[in-house]
Amino acid sequence: MNPGDSLRILPEIILTLTGVLVMLIDASLPPGWPRRGLGWVAALGTTVALWSSLWQLSLPVGTGFYGTVETSPFTVFFHVLICGIVLVALLLALDTLPEDSHHQGEYYALVVFGAVGMCLLTSAIELLVVFIALEISSISTYVLAGYRKHTGRGPEAAIKYFLLGSFATAFLLYGIALIFGATGSTQIYEIAHALAPMPNVPNLPLVLASLCLMLVGILFKVSAAPFHVWTPDVYEGAPSPVVALLSTAPKAAAFALLLRVLYEEFPTLHSIWVPVLWIVAVLSMTVGNLAALRQQNVKRMLAYSSIAHAGYLLAAFAGLGASGVAAACFYIAAYAAMNVGIFAVVTLVSGYDEKLPLVRDFRGLIYRSPALGSLLIFFLISLIGIPFTGGFFGKFYSFSAAVGGGAVWLAVIGLLNSGLASAYYLRLAFASAQRPAEEIANAPVHSTPMGIAVAAALLFAAAATLILGIVPDKILHASEAAAHTLRPPSEVQVTPPITANARPNP
Amino acid sequence: MSSGYVQLLQQDVPLSWYLLLSAVLFSLGIVGFLIKRNLITVFMSIELMLNAVNLSFVTFAHQWHAVKGQIFVFFVMMVAAAEAAVGLAIIIAVFRARATLAVDRIDLMKL
Repeated sequence: MNPGDSLRILPEIILTLTGVLVMLIDASLPPGWPRRGLGWVAALGTTVALWSSLWQLSLPVGTGFYGTVETSPFTVFFHVLICGIVLVALLLALDTLPEDSHHQGEYYALVVFGAVGMCLLTSAIELLVVFIALEISSISTYVLAGYRKHTGRGPEAAIKYFLLGSFATAFLLYGIALIFGATGSTQIYEIAHALAPMPNVPNLPLVLASLCLMLVGILFKVSAAPFHVWTPDVYEGAPSPVVALLSTAPKAAAFALLLRVLYEEFPTLHSIWVPVLWIVAVLSMTVGNLAALRQQNVKRMLAYSSIAHAGYLLAAFAGLGASGVAAACFYIAAYAAMNVGIFAVVTLVSGYDEKLPLVRDFRGLIYRSPALGSLLIFFLISLIGIPFTGGFFGKFYSFSAAVGGGAVWLAVIGLLNSGLASAYYLRLAFASAQRPAEEIANAPVHSTPMGIAVAAALLFAAAATLILGIVPDKILHASEAAAHTLRPPSEVQVTPPITANARPNP
Repeated sequence: MSSGYVQLLQQDVPLSWYLLLSAVLFSLGIVGFLIKRNLITVFMSIELMLNAVNLSFVTFAHQWHAVKGQIFVFFVMMVAAAEAAVGLAIIIAVFRARATLAVDRIDLMKL
């Protein structure tokens, strides 16, 4: 190990220190003192981590810690994205968590620890580190999902998330064990090297079983159908500021892992996983949109919409090599911006204790609160995919990648699904633009006061959605640079194995 | 100890038997997860799946003479312990809120 290696995990180090600091201050404050300042500490640490990962661009692309972590434009792209999401989620929580909640310090620490896991997940190239990073991020988010532990729904959401999440992790782990058995290595490049002489790979059945098990594990985490059943319940039961994080950051990290596993570990099995993802993409879009149509609870509706968006995103995987990866990266960024934004609006409208969770409670929102109402409509427009928003270019690039890869029908099904999806998005948009009936207008309106932190969060999300829609080229260049550091199937480079002790038993 | 038993111990058990055992244990874990109706038992089924994976790791580590597999097992155990701490805490929270651990009755939210 050389001393420069620690620079390769600099954002993770900063985030870890921030989390520990927040916990230590929290423990040393006397009970009853306000803990809101800890949120600012966490937000500051996340901002520093964001800048440090941008600085990592100046490092030469390469690996550290004996080939277990990597820094490249790909990792920087996802680090910046995840730190940005976490920052917005922290700002959102700062103003919306109730003042009297004595676990606020733990909340901020858990969010930051979760960010450590998600960031590490995107830079890990050794399956052991992948597993640990995934668990760091999952365990933190399991606890966050049950943050409102005195309501009936909080613990229920947490236990469902926990049980199904651990179940999925076990599958991923078994997949790792089998690929270790087939190739004698758990390092992604070494595995790709061992699998390079397709189709004459030794232990092919073992490799295929491993691919399937790992896909099950990861598709669970990105909530693609048919592994999506936990999503609506968890999103409904978890507090809205947590859902803003939960529906974007761990998913971005899991998609990064999916890209890495498919394009770097199993590039030679391209012809096997493309049809599988084709089917999963169609299922996710259709199941997500059809189920969302009949939801009355806004958070549940958005949960199904996020399943559908996972489907649109997976369509990009049918694209050829780098163009598919670039489209997927761009879509993740666009999806994160608009989804964080809409959950921020939902948090402010429904309130932390969710007295107003239904679509009909949003009626007349634009008259009650013009700013929130117009932001809600803006984010909905982006989710539908209307031009000049990030959602439009996300879908555009994703479906173009699919067409470029020859999956024309996938793009057609995606477009039909987008049309279907606009039905329920527009239902919410029309409800909020409707002039409220007399009794609703006079009803006591639940309103969370909009503080400076949450205003900054909303502004950040809206600006990101708008910038991705008006001048997408900069992010597109970043995602293309990211894509080129992943090795697309056609140009697999062979790296010499790092350890020499991997030899089969004679 | 009878000599036949010692002879049995000295024979090499084929590696595939361990893998088979591991696969059977993993499947039992899946079945337990799907059909058991108590949260603690469901949680134990997941632990069984993780331990089945551990057995696979050790077997492959032996086959490849690679210590990596055994190290992996240590990490899996450690993570499983961390997961158990969080999982049991969540189960306690569920019990406090609902006074039941029956899976069928944790149903405030449904499709």
